[in-house]
Amino acid sequence: MTKDVTAIQGDKVPMWNDPKARALAIQVAVVAILAVAGLVILRNTISNLSRMGQNFGFAFLTKTSGFDIFQALVPYSSESTYARALAVGLLNTALISSLCVVASTMLGFVVGVMRLSKNRLAARIGGIYVEFFRNVPLLLQIFVWYSLIVLQTLPPPRDAYDFLGLSYLSNRGFMVPRPLFGAGSSSGLIGLLVALAAAVMLRRWARRRLEETGRSFPTVAVSLALLALLPMVGLLLAGLPVRLDFPVKTTFNFSGGLVIAPEFIALFLALSIYHATYIAEAVRAGVSAVSRGQTEAAQALGLSPAQALSNVVVPQALRVIIPPLATIYMGVIKNSSLAVAIGYPDLVAVGGTVMNQTGRAIEIVLIWMLVYLSLSLTTSVFMNWFNARMKLVER
Amino acid sequence: MTDMSFQVPYVRDQEAPRLPPPEGMVGIAHWLREGYFRSVGSGLVTLVLGALAVWIAWRVIDFAVLRAVWTGGSRDACLPAAGTAAGACWPFVADRFGQWLYGFYPIGERWRVNLCFLAGLMLIVPMLTPSFPWKMQNALLLLVVFPLFTLVMLTGGNFHLSIADYATTIGFLLFLTCLVPVWLLGLAQGLLRNKIGAWLAGVAFVLWLAWIFAGPEPVAIGGMAVPLLPVSILALLAVSAFLAVRLAIKGAGRPGIVVAANWGAVCLAALAILVFLDADFGLVTVETAQWGGLTLTLVVSVTGIIASLPLGILLALGRRSTMPVIRIVSICFIEVVRGLPLISVLFMASVMLPLFLPPGVNFDKLLRALIGVALFSSAYMAEVVRGGLQAIPKGQYEGAMSLGLSHWQTMIKIILPQALKIAIPNIVGNFISLFKDTTLVLVVGLFDLLGMAQTGLRDASWATPTTAPTGYLVLALIYWAFCFSMSRYATFTERRLNSARAR
Repeated sequence: MTKDVTAIQGDKVPMWNDPKARALAIQVAVVAILAVAGLVILRNTISNLSRMGQNFGFAFLTKTSGFDIFQALVPYSSESTYARALAVGLLNTALISSLCVVASTMLGFVVGVMRLSKNRLAARIGGIYVEFFRNVPLLLQIFVWYSLIVLQTLPPPRDAYDFLGLSYLSNRGFMVPRPLFGAGSSSGLIGLLVALAAAVMLRRWARRRLEETGRSFPTVAVSLALLALLPMVGLLLAGLPVRLDFPVKTTFNFSGGLVIAPEFIALFLALSIYHATYIAEAVRAGVSAVSRGQTEAAQALGLSPAQALSNVVVPQALRVIIPPLATIYMGVIKNSSLAVAIGYPDLVAVGGTVMNQTGRAIEIVLIWMLVYLSLSLTTSVFMNWFNARMKLVER
Repeated sequence: MTDMSFQVPYVRDQEAPRLPPPEGMVGIAHWLREGYFRSVGSGLVTLVLGALAVWIAWRVIDFAVLRAVWTGGSRDACLPAAGTAAGACWPFVADRFGQWLYGFYPIGERWRVNLCFLAGLMLIVPMLTPSFPWKMQNALLLLVVFPLFTLVMLTGGNFHLSIADYATTIGFLLFLTCLVPVWLLGLAQGLLRNKIGAWLAGVAFVLWLAWIFAGPEPVAIGGMAVPLLPVSILALLAVSAFLAVRLAIKGAGRPGIVVAANWGAVCLAALAILVFLDADFGLVTVETAQWGGLTLTLVVSVTGIIASLPLGILLALGRRSTMPVIRIVSICFIEVVRGLPLISVLFMASVMLPLFLPPGVNFDKLLRALIGVALFSSAYMAEVVRGGLQAIPKGQYEGAMSLGLSHWQTMIKIILPQALKIAIPNIVGNFISLFKDTTLVLVVGLFDLLGMAQTGLRDASWATPTTAPTGYLVLALIYWAFCFSMSRYATFTERRLNSARAR
């Protein structure tokens, strides 16, 4: 017996039974398999491309695109390059996603709070809203908004809804005044920056005063007022260089102004309403996760219901709400690609057109991957930062 | 004990009379006040929301029932009389419903789709009913037999497999047979005691790689073109497999015979599947281009979820692996796929996949979309399974280790059954998302339920102002019914699991 034991202890473990050696072998095998598969794919791709008379490269981006895009945030025409067309698409994706993030967050918070309301009708309607819009495919909702609400329900330009002659709503879209920035408009931007800096400093000062003396300060209201007023002051000092270009109703259509396309309206409504259901659920879960004892303790300390909500319940609920919010926001960005179905020129739609024209499938898909991955990464980094700030600091 | 040492002054021997609740705490007035009019603000909210709800409900009922057109054969029936607003155009739905369900599947062959649907239902319902026994057998039927059955039923089978297909499968099975002694005796003994077999298998593997890269060049022997490489690979593998089985039976005795017999059964089953796919059942071939409607929606989503389950489990295990290479590969795949929109994945599958394949190999459009959907949903499945794995306490791993189970035994027998059970609500949630996301296949030119209806709406013979609203209403209700019932099921399992854990 003793001999056996020493034999086991003394001998080296054979290589094939050594976990480290095994792990190494498995990993080498995986790398080898992936490399072989990659080589096979690469070889096939090269031979397929050469058969079609193509080669890999991004040189095509500098060629003239030759197609029009009806909504462009930067100057664009059919004589611009493919690269610029893709940039326009990217900006459109960014625009619709950021607007939908804001709108769905607001709507989602309202509905989430509604579902927790003591008013039974509000709670029930919130529930019906969530259960209905969450369980119908987003694409169907986009179609419904686009074809029914926007194209069928809204009147033709002749009978457009008139908002005091300033804006018009018709099935050609929403015509709103377009701001024209003349020389000296940067003073407004400077005012905004100053206001931002002032708000940050105000917040620091208010917090210090709160910690030292216990007296609170209405930081949020004052900051908002600063943010609204200072750019105005800046513009006034520069002699109001911003003019508004109002839409003018002609016989059959409109001229001037800024056109918000029907596709944009439909996509905005569908995306916001759909994702608001998810945000509402996250909010509900977050607020329910704060135990009742917290509210009661706040009341016992003499805080008013509003103070209890903003100083005790919401900060704790946010810790639960933020992680799922990050996922939902990424979903908004990704789902904005459904724009292609109704022809809103986002990155995927423009990329698809470019792909059809040039046949550059690999390059376009690589660009998509790069853009969407960096957007996801940016969102998740930002939300992680926000989460870390909001996290309860434990002893 | 008989004589009491003290007198009990008073014991109530009757129930106290029940008092009515305090004034103002019962009745409709209280119910209204408590639930709907707690304060002025609450009352206002009630009034506004109530008016809104009544208005919407009235509009829907008015459209769908009161003003609706119920009979007719063409658009004329649904056109509104001058000066009135028309209601829902139900004859349109009745006319198109078959197409929405089956797409362009030949009408005479629709019974095949129905049969598959029925078979699926008969397997899924007992699978999802917790109290029903035989879960393992049921899962086997659902995950292996049912897909094959559906494949043959829907396409018509008769795939005309070539000799090369059979040879490849047999070669692969023979190669795996060489690992039977490893399974029985452990890695070292299994290979050491079968040195010749292992070498032969290794040579065959190298030849196979060479064949892939060099291409098959048949060699003329006596006037006959013989594909020398494949034949020699098969021969080598056959000898190697024979040696392996002999070693297994001689070296391990009775367990060896059992394992060899089981493995033989698996091989036979694999060959039987090939024959089943190759056989001619007299069914008319239906091209996948003719599939559509709800059938296609179900085919895409069910295939996606079934295919993503094994892939997702492997990826989840890979992500938790201690081996850095495997972990990094898994994380990269999962995060890249999760960061991309499904549309771009579908584009990729339909445009890039053909580029990756050897020239001349061409894939069915549906198959390409299915591959894209399966890869996409496997990344999400991996995250769900990982959640389940993380919920398993460390003691379970340690308990398995102390029993002497190997890594894979621990996973298959101890960890995964528990983890998957915990993950069921989220797996169902994944399925709901996938079911909704299948609508996107219309972007790559497949006509699922939504795509089918969408094309029907443009049909001139039914063009009325109310065609589109009616169609969309029915579609929304169909999708809603599927998704809502599944989400209810997820909630039900979740509650059941929670109560089981609370005990």
